[in-house]
Amino acid sequence: MASALINVPKKAKRGETIEIKTLMSHIMETGYRHTAEGEVVPRDIITTFSCRYNGAEIFRAELFPAISANPFITFFTVANESGKFEFEWTGDRGFAATASASITVE
Amino acid sequence: MQDDSTRRQFLGLAGSAAVLGAVPIVTLRPAEATPAMLASAIRNVVGEAVVRTGRVKLEVPPLVENGNTVPMTVSVQNPMTTEDHVKSIHVFNEKNPQPNIGNFYLSPQAGRAQISTRIRLADSQKIVAIARLSDGSFWSATVDVVVTLAACTDEVI
Amino acid sequence: MSPTGTIVVAALLIAVSPARTAEIPQAERRSGYSFMAPDTQAIQDDDTTNPGMLWVLDGEKLWNNKAGAAGKACADCHHEARASIKGVAARYPAFDKALGRPVNLEQRINLCRTGQQQAAPLPYESRDLLALTAFVAQQSRGLPIDAATDPQLEPFVAKGRELFMQRQGQLNLGCTNCHDDNWDKRLAGSAITQAHPTGYPLYRMEWQSLGSLQRRLRACITGIRAQPYDYGAPEMVELELYLMSRARGMPVETPAVRP
Repeated sequence: MASALINVPKKAKRGETIEIKTLMSHIMETGYRHTAEGEVVPRDIITTFSCRYNGAEIFRAELFPAISANPFITFFTVANESGKFEFEWTGDRGFAATASASITVE
Repeated sequence: MQDDSTRRQFLGLAGSAAVLGAVPIVTLRPAEATPAMLASAIRNVVGEAVVRTGRVKLEVPPLVENGNTVPMTVSVQNPMTTEDHVKSIHVFNEKNPQPNIGNFYLSPQAGRAQISTRIRLADSQKIVAIARLSDGSFWSATVDVVVTLAACTDEVI
Repeated sequence: MSPTGTIVVAALLIAVSPARTAEIPQAERRSGYSFMAPDTQAIQDDDTTNPGMLWVLDGEKLWNNKAGAAGKACADCHHEARASIKGVAARYPAFDKALGRPVNLEQRINLCRTGQQQAAPLPYESRDLLALTAFVAQQSRGLPIDAATDPQLEPFVAKGRELFMQRQGQLNLGCTNCHDDNWDKRLAGSAITQAHPTGYPLYRMEWQSLGSLQRRLRACITGIRAQPYDYGAPEMVELELYLMSRARGMPVETPAVRP
């Protein structure tokens, strides 16, 4: 299972805007490299990333080969209730990874 | 530029002769995106709508240390309410083999219309970020980035 | 880097540098970190944005995995890494009594795998070996480098110093010509650093991956158009040993980020 690094504040005040940072290990092979024999190294990238907050999708990204290896993505959301963030990455060759983080909103 | 890639290719082949059984990877100069590809990639997103300059801030380091990992932040001045919010942010480039970098879809509850990521830039070039607002309007920012290459070739290891 | 640019630099260095080059005075020593742009430094500074931490996380899992015919995990003998392995990376490469010569951290991990765990050694630059090495070295983060103090290592440090000083390859350059004499000048857009291995294994943007000091040395030696030593070669370990001794007192930064 690929490693992910998630940074979500453990606690937040109701209505506070928080930043969520994510880092996922993945080679993000562009599909534009060739071996010395001249064969194309096939593309192998993460194509989508999404985040659900207590079940509702709050953020989605479509990634292309121009995104660096080990994709780092940050975004914001308003913390309005305690619960769980669920993250999902999908990509070429059936790549699928998930992670989650909890938050207490007071 | 052409010399560099031919040299790397030669060194790659020379290296591979010495390494048994390995599959060395050598980068040949790929086809570049053209201004026409960039324009049509943008048109795919905005259709025939007018794209206005402003409201979008595109931040990239002025001098990039390595084109493989360029930190980039796009932010849009916007109250982010149900009535008035940024729906999505689309980033494009001028000279990579492919014009798209990423599309980012926000919810009205985002609080702040800002995303960060790290991107690959094949050469010094323009980057364009376009934001689609809930009222159907499009706003953009363009930045010129200078990319220097790494000094030592990293050969087949 | 254009061939003409390299030859011009080489000619200048050959013309200008004296026969014996001076080592960098203690007060002027700087980590490669200080040569980077603030944006790159920021990536290293935050554990949640530092891609090298992905390998450290993997290494932690491997540390606790049972392996080999003996069915032992690293944790079974060493227990909790944070306490037991703290300070180890800061004093490597270290003298191995059985072999009668220094070994680096990667070799030590493999000696443990074959000797204690009865498992196959991990190949150099494999993801698992990098992850374990990064995890172990990260336990020393912040501690001052304290390598090569063992008197038994003296002849090997001397050999490493010789390797660092000697001119080699098509460009007839020694490591010292750039890293002692011309640090903080630039070579084709990149800063020439003082070559202190304070943060290995590190995430190099050029590699888009974590990599070892030996990988960096091989790239450098290839870059000056000389024949690089094989992974694990005695010359490699002696060079590592000398470089670590040259960086004594500087804090460990593993996992560092570099362009």
